[in-house]
Amino acid sequence: MLRTHHLQLRIASRLLLDDLNWTIEAGQFWCLIGRNGAGKSTLLRTLAGLHQPSSGSVAIQGRSLADWHLGALAQTRAFLPQSLAQRDAFAYRVLEIVLSARHPYHSTRYWEDEADHQAAQNALQTMGVAELALRDVRTLSGGERQRVAIAALLAQDTPLLLLDEPANSLDLAHQVGVMNLLAKLCREQGKTVVMVGHDLNLAYRAASHALLLMGEGQWQAGSVAETMQAPLLSRYLGHPIEAVRYQDSCIFVAAEKELQ
Amino acid sequence: MAQPTFFRRGSSSSQAHAVFILSLLCLLALSSLFFAAMIGSLSLPLSELPRACQELFQGKASTLAAVLLELRLGRALTAFVTGATLALAGVMMQALLRNPLADPYVLGISGGAAVGALAAILLMATAWMVDAAALGGAVVVSMLLYFFARHDLRNGLAAGGTSFLLLTGVILSSGCMALVTLMLSVAPDGRLRSMVFWMIGDLAGAPARWLPWLVLFCALLFALRSARAINLLAQHAEAAATLGVRVAALRKSLFFCSGLLTASAVTTAGSIGFVGLIVPHACRFALGSDHRLLLPASSLVGGAFLVFADTLARTVLAPQQLPVGVLTALVGVPIFLFQLQQMRRK
Repeated sequence: MLRTHHLQLRIASRLLLDDLNWTIEAGQFWCLIGRNGAGKSTLLRTLAGLHQPSSGSVAIQGRSLADWHLGALAQTRAFLPQSLAQRDAFAYRVLEIVLSARHPYHSTRYWEDEADHQAAQNALQTMGVAELALRDVRTLSGGERQRVAIAALLAQDTPLLLLDEPANSLDLAHQVGVMNLLAKLCREQGKTVVMVGHDLNLAYRAASHALLLMGEGQWQAGSVAETMQAPLLSRYLGHPIEAVRYQDSCIFVAAEKELQ
Repeated sequence: MAQPTFFRRGSSSSQAHAVFILSLLCLLALSSLFFAAMIGSLSLPLSELPRACQELFQGKASTLAAVLLELRLGRALTAFVTGATLALAGVMMQALLRNPLADPYVLGISGGAAVGALAAILLMATAWMVDAAALGGAVVVSMLLYFFARHDLRNGLAAGGTSFLLLTGVILSSGCMALVTLMLSVAPDGRLRSMVFWMIGDLAGAPARWLPWLVLFCALLFALRSARAINLLAQHAEAAATLGVRVAALRKSLFFCSGLLTASAVTTAGSIGFVGLIVPHACRFALGSDHRLLLPASSLVGGAFLVFADTLARTVLAPQQLPVGVLTALVGVPIFLFQLQQMRRK
């Protein structure tokens, strides 16, 4: 589905990520984990084609990003930017926001058709915001706005979903709901998800794979069982983390004492 | 669960809604032209209207009614194209800067035109040279803006994106205003009046030309073609990019289109204020933010608004004629304040 080849990322001469050779198969659910400023968002934006890597390349479905037509790419991958909430300048209705995510499918038509309305309605209902359809987006709370943004992402109906902190500003129930939804999309519809998240426990329960980023070039990729282990996480997050067995799962807690 | 009504309305009816609104606004525009043709210090009886129209179409206006109609309609049409141009430029500028309080003059393009025009008036140039100088000033400022902000426009993927352009525009604008003040302070009394009238915006001497219509038509065509992309850009630039919009190219086109429209309008009639701010605002308030409807609707409303305002300007204190810019500001300020209050209450 997605493959990076000797990918190197720099921000103003600071090396974030070096020589990333990473393969994502269809149906996998990846979570990017690392400290603030470790390059998680930069990597995600690079995968989305919004950021130029300093060297190396990204290929989606075997074709390099540079060779994709923008319209075709928009039917293949969707991207959720970080925190849309404060950025709404105009009084769009929620339904208009979600409908406009159908843009890649009607390059020649002026108005959306019934199929677009159906897709938008389904997406709104999936995210539990159908009753907000006629509201002005600027009047929504942060969590409601985030769910509308995810609904727009679903309406875009792409096999690859890239999400930057989708659980941001959601309440606990909706955080779990969104993660379960993404896991279900991967499991049942064979979609591929790559997301940035800070909640290790949510990631552990929902994701199938994790990519740990150090922010100085090092990285570690693998299944959740391989990568989400207390010693590794402690090293990559710069704080001692303990894994506690709970029923048949595992819970990560930040330990008190400093890592030496 | 009961579905919200908008769902049941579906797609074909949002189209029907737009067609309905636009036909209403076309009627409004036509009635504004009719109003402008009928009203004036000399009355034009309704019974003579068909004959006068006929004569006008044949190209030889001999009766008084036909001459009156020709004069008034010519001026009303110039007012219409200027108003429509300003309103369209306003919507585009607001979408480009992602700021509903932007207007066509915010980037200083009109300031450049003012410097050119006032310099020409100061040097006793003829009317067409004043227009040419205004156009030249607008072009120079646009090129300066593009030069300074080209990286911002080209690198359309940065999320903020346009604050640099806005700041550059504001600075250039205040620079132009300083030059304008300088010229006003050294100008001899005889020319001061026409300079001030140009600054306020006046349609009295505005010539009827085809070029502004051509500019308006082309810009509107571009706007309608990219209306859906403009919607996405106005929502979120990065999301627009991942939905397949060429953000950098769209920003550049919006910049050039709104700049060209502004230059065209101020060259015709001087810097008439408030049309480019009030009309898009009122339309957004009444019709929503969907640019597919907003762009054509604003153009029609802007045109009709300026025709009404200009008709008032030449009749309220007849035989004295007010510059139309005074009226648009006098009408515009209370409407705008009222709207702001309404928005706050929501």
